[in-house]
Amino acid sequence: MDILSKIKQADLVGRGGACFSVAKKWEAVKNVISDKKYIICNASEGEPGIVKDGFIIEKYPERLIDGIKIAIDFLSLDSSKIKAYLYINNKYYKKYYKKLSQSIGNLPIEIFVKQSGAGYIGGEESSLLNAIEHKRIEPRLRPPFPTTSGLWGCPTLINNVETFYNVSLVNSGEYRNSRFYTIGGDCFNNGVYYLSDNFTIQEILEKTNNIPDFPFFVQVGGNASGEILNSSQLKESVGGAGSITIFSLEKYQNKKFIENLLEFFVNESCGKCTPCREGSFRLNEIIKSEKVDWQLFFDLIENLSETSFCGLGSALAAPIKSFIKNVYPQINEKY
Amino acid sequence: MKNIKIKINNKEIVCSSEQTIMQVAKKNNIDIPGLCNHSDFSVKANCRVCVVEIIGRRNLATSCSTKVEDGMEIKTDTERVNKARNLNIELIFAEHIEKCPNCIWRVNCQLLDLAKKYKIKINRFKDRKSKRKIYKFANAIEIDGSQCIDCRNCLDACSFMQNINYLQLVGKGTTQEVVPVGKDGCIYCGQCAVHCPVGAAQEQTHWEMVEKALKDKGKIVVAQFVPQISASIGEEFGLSYDKNSTSQIVSGFRQLGFNYVFDVNLGADMTIKTEAEDLLKRLIKKEKKLSMFSSCCPAWVKYVEFYRSEFISNLTKARSPHINNGGFIKTYLAEQLKIDTKKIIVVSIMPCTAKKFEITRQELKINNNFPVDYVLTTRELAWLFKKNNIEFGKLKNSLVDSLRNNDNITNVCSVNGGVMGAVLCKMQDLLCDEKKIINVLDFKDVNGLVGVKEAKIKIADKILRVAIINGIGNIKQILDKVEDYDYIEVMACPDGCVGGGGQPIPTTFEIRQKRLISLFGHVVK
Ligand code: SF4
Ligand code: SF4
Ligand code: SF4
Ligand code: SF4
Ligand code: FES
Repeated sequence: MDILSKIKQADLVGRGGACFSVAKKWEAVKNVISDKKYIICNASEGEPGIVKDGFIIEKYPERLIDGIKIAIDFLSLDSSKIKAYLYINNKYYKKYYKKLSQSIGNLPIEIFVKQSGAGYIGGEESSLLNAIEHKRIEPRLRPPFPTTSGLWGCPTLINNVETFYNVSLVNSGEYRNSRFYTIGGDCFNNGVYYLSDNFTIQEILEKTNNIPDFPFFVQVGGNASGEILNSSQLKESVGGAGSITIFSLEKYQNKKFIENLLEFFVNESCGKCTPCREGSFRLNEIIKSEKVDWQLFFDLIENLSETSFCGLGSALAAPIKSFIKNVYPQINEKY
Repeated sequence: MKNIKIKINNKEIVCSSEQTIMQVAKKNNIDIPGLCNHSDFSVKANCRVCVVEIIGRRNLATSCSTKVEDGMEIKTDTERVNKARNLNIELIFAEHIEKCPNCIWRVNCQLLDLAKKYKIKINRFKDRKSKRKIYKFANAIEIDGSQCIDCRNCLDACSFMQNINYLQLVGKGTTQEVVPVGKDGCIYCGQCAVHCPVGAAQEQTHWEMVEKALKDKGKIVVAQFVPQISASIGEEFGLSYDKNSTSQIVSGFRQLGFNYVFDVNLGADMTIKTEAEDLLKRLIKKEKKLSMFSSCCPAWVKYVEFYRSEFISNLTKARSPHINNGGFIKTYLAEQLKIDTKKIIVVSIMPCTAKKFEITRQELKINNNFPVDYVLTTRELAWLFKKNNIEFGKLKNSLVDSLRNNDNITNVCSVNGGVMGAVLCKMQDLLCDEKKIINVLDFKDVNGLVGVKEAKIKIADKILRVAIINGIGNIKQILDKVEDYDYIEVMACPDGCVGGGGQPIPTTFEIRQKRLISLFGHVVK
């Protein structure tokens, strides 16, 4: 069976957070006729609270590089027509440079270190194209999508570290529908775990011995953009880039929690579009004011998810809305 | 391209599939506001004001960046759209510090119009940019960070259109700011200003000084203006192009209190004569370098001086028409009227921002006086009219004052071969005894370079190779093969001065063509 059929059969989805079908992406890039194609492995791992890509690079660099090599072979047998980049954050680069270079050998894979200051948006797939092209790091207008017009206008396949790792497993018949979970926050056994991808949050916390004995809530799928659930909502599976962070209710059921989230988004907004640049700034102002204008606050959040240029806008809406709804509905009575 | 059917607000529309929703709406008189979209540039979609609802799609779509598709149903005024659009306008309004009382953008301010039309709440947020700097580029252009709404049109103008790359975006999020690259390097073309929706990039205004001079009983204030402003000023007052507004402008000047009003034809004649003689010297007596470059456009001169100084001696020493004219006024006219030169204030009214810089050049001084004291842009003139309740369009006609006895008509300077055509005629004059009318120059577009045309022309026994460049963005390619030409005319702005940095807003490709037609009665090839 060829690799594409294997990927289809395994039903692989992207592990960068968007959960897009891997087979569809691969096919899309394959089907464009072009003299040059690019592959980018996204190892920027900029979402706070997630370290599983670093974990994979540390433990299984050969697997990761093997996955990229499979993609290279899939897209072209002529090595002059294809080039891959491993787009990696500086911290991982420093730590794992040796290991990675060894695994890469003389494959057409270049390690590209994410610029300092590229920030959160530097991990977004069209922004990282700009980063590699040394342009201002911010998202591009879509369409065209990277699959047809990506790096320097050429068809580009962008997948995350874990996705390439999975491709390697799928190829050798070792893939078992599992995924990497980063568990952290107020818990005893934090770390990266490799478990079945259809476990619920509850099951994962049990299996890893991380059920708190105090009142708590969790953020799932990243400490910035992840959804927030209370302790009675743990029957769901884990979305996004696969993380569970535990927060003690006593410590974090407060306005400060929202302020911290907003602080993050204000600092990470690239500045391109009005609702994100201005909206997140105004939200931050409003939440810090003595008497919070909740109507305006929610209007601005809604506006962000309705009109922002890229996913960062809706990424801000999800955690704040769900925190207020699931954890702290009485907030508007207090402020 | 194929024709498709769509619906906007339940109205069925047949349109081509290559267009965006905004383009189709505009054609069908459906108003969708937007602040970052400009047809001179590629779509940026960053203001998010132009959002619409597309039935069946989860998210709102920006109409400037979304192409129409067959069967698409679009709503531009649902509650959802209104809410999002209004909030984004409000956010933009809140990052713009209004300086309306003295803002020349107020003549036709998009932002105030939107705020009024959509009843935007304008007091919910505090100004966040009050500490922003004003960057001044010589005495011609400024960028006032406190007014910038981050639309990025100026960057597109300076980089993609003009290829000067003097502006850059630094910082991110709310610290993002348009700043100049280095101390010097702006050519003052004003394309940033004429593409700025809110006057954050704008000319450094002279109207305050002119107003003061007009009130000063001890001063004789003289207006001199070029045809390009009459082709465009009507736009500021919603007038159609077929009304030639020259005589209206003249009476407007008189109402403002100018003592004399002149055109610059005399100055243009002087320019043409000097330039023709210069060319002749270079061509026949081989005294100076070929190719010869025109120097009418001060932005182009600044470009050569700053970026390509190896070509400085290629520039003709001929002064530009309004400088010659101003010099004439301050010497000859002063003498005739027996007035002290110091009492004369010459004000040029121009489509141009770079002329503001030009008039401060020390080397142009005559008897220690600057030939021209102030330059008003077309926009500043419109502003002065509005400010003084002069109802342009309803003025009585008035003729310019005469600077000489029999004023024969001169070629229009600084539009598409205007100067060059006239200079070549003059050359012919100087070279041959018999007066022959020169054949119309048969210009051909240079492949792939927008705004570049070239021609060969025979004068006496010489074949002259000439080129005209309107829009400095492609200049490098021409300078790379400069030896292919004997004479090159360069105007820095797209389509020449009709697209000048001091012209009314908006200025777009279509509008520039309309101005050309109104000046010449046809598009100049
Ligand atoms: S552009 Fe000028 S007139 Fe318009 S709102 Fe700003 S300051 Fe006022
Ligand atoms: S005046 Fe011209 S060169 Fe100067 S910043 Fe503006 S666009 Fe650039
Ligand atoms: S200066 Fe004007 S054109 Fe430039 S980004 Fe600001 S608002 Fe836009
Ligand atoms: S082209 Fe005309 S308007 Fe533009 S800078 Fe030159 S002289 Fe001024
Ligand atoms: S005009 Fe469409 S986003 Fe600005």
